Amino acid sequence: MALRISRNLLDELRQHGEDTYPHECCGILVGDFDETGGKSVKAVAACGNTRTDSPQNRYHINPVELLRAQREALLSGHDIVGFYHSHPDHPAHWSATDLAEAHWTHCSYVITSVEKGRAVLTHAFLLQGQEEDKHFEDEAIEVSA
Amino acid sequence: MPIKVLIPTPLRSYAGKQAVVEVAAQTVGEALSHLVAQFPDLRKHLFSEDGKLRSFVNVYLNDEDIRYLNKDATPVKETDTISIVPSVAGGR
Repeated sequence: MALRISRNLLDELRQHGEDTYPHECCGILVGDFDETGGKSVKAVAACGNTRTDSPQNRYHINPVELLRAQREALLSGHDIVGFYHSHPDHPAHWSATDLAEAHWTHCSYVITSVEKGRAVLTHAFLLQGQEEDKHFEDEAIEVSA
Repeated sequence: MPIKVLIPTPLRSYAGKQAVVEVAAQTVGEALSHLVAQFPDLRKHLFSEDGKLRSFVNVYLNDEDIRYLNKDATPVKETDTISIVPSVAGGR
């Protein structure tokens, strides 16, 4: 199982992290699930971060943006397959807060470390389990040209 | 009158793998009740043990959050769509 994404789309979400530095960026990944549990990303939808009270270390996507993305994905025959956000000057790994606030099981949570304004590492994590025992599993990112 | 309920990705396996379910209802509360009656496995993912919507579950009637309408008592009509939208948040 892997998250497949084109170089262009990966660069797009990484660039978003650079653009919002030193604040966290966030967005939605739209694409398709395949039969093996992998996913392919067809589009990246940058979102606003509503956590204007603490944007340097918190993010929240307005549910209205999620709603519209879900609706549009459905109309176009795709799906919401995951989300992305950045960690300014912090590792590209999920935190306790990331896990506590994650509720879209089977979806990918992609995190980019942005150090001194430059995107460094991007890692993906698959949310598994149910709310009471949810956990992240490392997920490979396959980048296509 | 049947109205549409959009099921988000993480909950579709509990709703017969459907992205859209139609239920007959007069209010949002009634629609959600009928939804979990039809798909009992959905109940614990939408509601806590006290019967209230879980805090991270947002419910929209068309483009409006029901928290800012009349909550469960919000009336619905045939052309309406209810969307279930789990929240997305986090941070380092």
